[in-house]
Amino acid sequence: MRYLPLTNEDRKNMKEVIGITDVNQLFASVPNNVPLDPSFNLPDHKTEMEVGRILSQIAGKNINSNQVPFFLGAGAYKHHIPATVDHIIQRSEFLTSYTPYQPEISQGTLQYLFEFQTQVSLLTGMDVSNASMYDGSTASAEAVSMAKRITKRNKVILSPTLHPQYAEVIKTLISSSEDSVEYKFSECFEVDSLISKIDDDVSCVVVQNPDFFGECYSLENLSKYCQSKGALLIVVVNEVVSLGMMKSPGSMGADIVACEGQSLGNSLNFGGPYIGLMSTKDKFVRQLPGRIVGETNDVDGEKGFVLTLATREQHIRREKATSNICTNSGLCSLAFTIHLSLLGEKGFKKLSKLNHEAAIKLYSRLECLDGFEVINKTFFNEFTIKLPIDAETFVEKMASKGVLAGVPVSRLLNKKDNFLNLLVVASSEINLDSDRDEFIRLAKEVCYE
Amino acid sequence: MSNNRGLDHDEKLLFEVGDISKTGVDLPDPENIKNMLGSSCSDTEIGLAGLSEPETLRHYVRLSRKNYSIDAGLYPLGSCTMKHNPRLNEKMARLEGFSEIHPLQPISTCQGALELIDLISTWLKELTGMAAITMTPKAGAQGELCGMMAIKQALIFKKESHRKVVLVPDSAHGTNPATAAFLGFDVRTIKSTQEGLIDFEDFKENIDEHFAGVMITNPNTCGLFESDIVKISELTHKSGGYLYCDGANFNAVVGKLKPGDLGIDAMHINLHKTFSTPHGGGGPGSGPVVFSKRLENFCPTPLVKKINGKYDLIENLDNKELSNSFGRLNVFHGQMGMFVRAMSYMLSHGSDGLRQVAEDAVLNANYLRESLSMHLTPAFQGYCMHEILFSDEFLNDTNVETLDFAKAMIDEGYHPMTIYFPLVIHGALLVEPTETESKQSLDHFIETLKGLVARVKNDSDSFKEAPIFTPIRRLDETQAARKPILRWREEVPAKA
Repeated sequence: MRYLPLTNEDRKNMKEVIGITDVNQLFASVPNNVPLDPSFNLPDHKTEMEVGRILSQIAGKNINSNQVPFFLGAGAYKHHIPATVDHIIQRSEFLTSYTPYQPEISQGTLQYLFEFQTQVSLLTGMDVSNASMYDGSTASAEAVSMAKRITKRNKVILSPTLHPQYAEVIKTLISSSEDSVEYKFSECFEVDSLISKIDDDVSCVVVQNPDFFGECYSLENLSKYCQSKGALLIVVVNEVVSLGMMKSPGSMGADIVACEGQSLGNSLNFGGPYIGLMSTKDKFVRQLPGRIVGETNDVDGEKGFVLTLATREQHIRREKATSNICTNSGLCSLAFTIHLSLLGEKGFKKLSKLNHEAAIKLYSRLECLDGFEVINKTFFNEFTIKLPIDAETFVEKMASKGVLAGVPVSRLLNKKDNFLNLLVVASSEINLDSDRDEFIRLAKEVCYE
Repeated sequence: MSNNRGLDHDEKLLFEVGDISKTGVDLPDPENIKNMLGSSCSDTEIGLAGLSEPETLRHYVRLSRKNYSIDAGLYPLGSCTMKHNPRLNEKMARLEGFSEIHPLQPISTCQGALELIDLISTWLKELTGMAAITMTPKAGAQGELCGMMAIKQALIFKKESHRKVVLVPDSAHGTNPATAAFLGFDVRTIKSTQEGLIDFEDFKENIDEHFAGVMITNPNTCGLFESDIVKISELTHKSGGYLYCDGANFNAVVGKLKPGDLGIDAMHINLHKTFSTPHGGGGPGSGPVVFSKRLENFCPTPLVKKINGKYDLIENLDNKELSNSFGRLNVFHGQMGMFVRAMSYMLSHGSDGLRQVAEDAVLNANYLRESLSMHLTPAFQGYCMHEILFSDEFLNDTNVETLDFAKAMIDEGYHPMTIYFPLVIHGALLVEPTETESKQSLDHFIETLKGLVARVKNDSDSFKEAPIFTPIRRLDETQAARKPILRWREEVPAKA
């Protein structure tokens, strides 16, 4: 077997050293009533060629976003990733290293995480960030849990236009009997309407911006009111590329920011692995979950980096930890930080603009199409269309004609009734005029012919 | 002077080498169409430093050379299973049919992705001998959370929510008590015996009407198989509780036995340990959870099902298949990129190869044990499983501590073993060689450790100095925590 270096001769010699004749003597502590070496209904080993053939065949059964005009978003976005990114993350020293618990031989990882934390803090307009979380949804849930610890209050208000699956994750991960989580999904929403819901028991208000339907908000009024009531404002950002054109959550008064960072450096991957970004104000840093890298000096006075504030974490605090989280999303954060370093301020803002313009171009075309109504007043690179037909039927028909057209809102909902015709459509720098032509031509065909 | 030392280049921070006016990506020019952002629009400076492409490569390549890696050397971290990461896995995960598909595209256009999830599910259920599986947890710790949430949900459905006590052995990973506490369980610690196993009597005594379950790592973090596991599972079930198994150490027994035969109710599997997906400097992980019949109805959403020859994704909580589900752990459907890598690894090994994996992992560990037992101090008598635990007794009568010994290993070109864990052994050193080390590599490691032990007696000062051959030497962690500097900030010139 190509991954196993021991030869039969080695095994024999090693058994002699240990003083055994049969390797199963080493498994003697397994209780007698447990079958050792049971049979498995699984095939034997395969060559690299055979494995490649099997998996390529399975992969070939999917329609991938490079094959067809592609307009899906709703929490996962397709962007061009420069070739350099994937090359660097496959370097052995990044790909096959462990968590940097031994800082003297992990400065590579620690330094890029420190740079990553800085980039995330700058993007979100916050003081500090951690070294990443699993994804945007779990980062959001951890943010709520953090807000509950800080405020010692149990009432949580989720904005009606938060991604429905994010709301499910928050409810699943943080609800216990003493909590109350308010979430009433709706596309009709004024952000300042949340103000009337904030009372002295509210721990935090969670607002997605741009929201699930693509609408964009100014949050200054809301944040001021939150502050006056001692509640925290958590801002969720699904599409970080929007931060190149929009006010940062920090500048609008957010207390905690949770983002999905997949857009930079990471492919769609059918939903994972992705990367959660989480940042907050200096004063809350000791309540921040997850790994954090800090700067310090070595015995010679040289500057270096270490994992720090570990007294928050499970391996030290055990049942008293701020979170049970152990891992971060190391390699995905590397991809994120490389992509953002390549872009720089200039490239990032340009990318942001190109995304916004791609969406405007599609929007302008749709406006002229009878029976299609864009419900947004504002948007970044994603908006929601009210279709003349059921959206799930629409996307299946569009797919069969070779366009991946968007995400039906109803797909994400348990109670679908009022949302059957709504379709969330994303655009990005990858979309060409010909993609939009195809979208419009087929949309008419699918709905009216 | 340059501050470089041969191949080790001093590399400044991105924000010191880069510039906000620089970019390494060529993009078409925007057309400056009137924006549709309303009042949320902003054009203030963010402060993101940019690099051209060659500068980017140089920055990260220089940084990479400050890292240890499994490709460069043995990584004996106990309980972490730092094994070889096959590059075929990487290639397969990058097939566009897997990497370039969206989690919410129409079900008819992602039949291959669902087939892959079904395939890996089938393999993992068969290898563990368990009834059901959920693929969604994003890492081992989330897998634990998932397993314990299923147990909590099952208790709710049985109207036995008064069962609040979860027993956790003192040798457990920190994630175990953290997970149970996070879910509102009362964590009660149970003792280990002199032999490094769960004290069955102490376990028994801690069971009362509030007993919800027990979390056990098997093989445990002392590198030993919990030989009372069947007795423990029988008593657990008889007492109305559930047995959660931390599968972190599955590598020792994969292909050798089915954990289902031990009577466990839930177990997470770290794909980045047993199934060779890369650790990536700390993630991304993936922690599927297998369930017994007693818990199979309490899985989180979503589920993949094959109906009339077509795969479907059951994701809405009002579906009757999910009526007992505890909910959703994260957005979308799990770590697909990791599933492909793990599947590539499993197909490569096959069931015969996986058995060989466990046998070689255990053989390698026992070979180290035997070869080092006269030099370091094995914490327990008898054979170990895939990892071997030493105490710091061999350092008695010196001023060298476990940490110093570990740092001295770095100067010898090795990543240290896991140290000070598990907590049950003083100054613990936990060594896991994995099956992907050759005998030659183990022999070199053994000779190095022997040499260090010999030096401890007469040159202990050098251990206090170590490491000296690294890009940076021992760092002041207290300073880092006391005055946290967690990001770069532009230095504001002092006013004249």
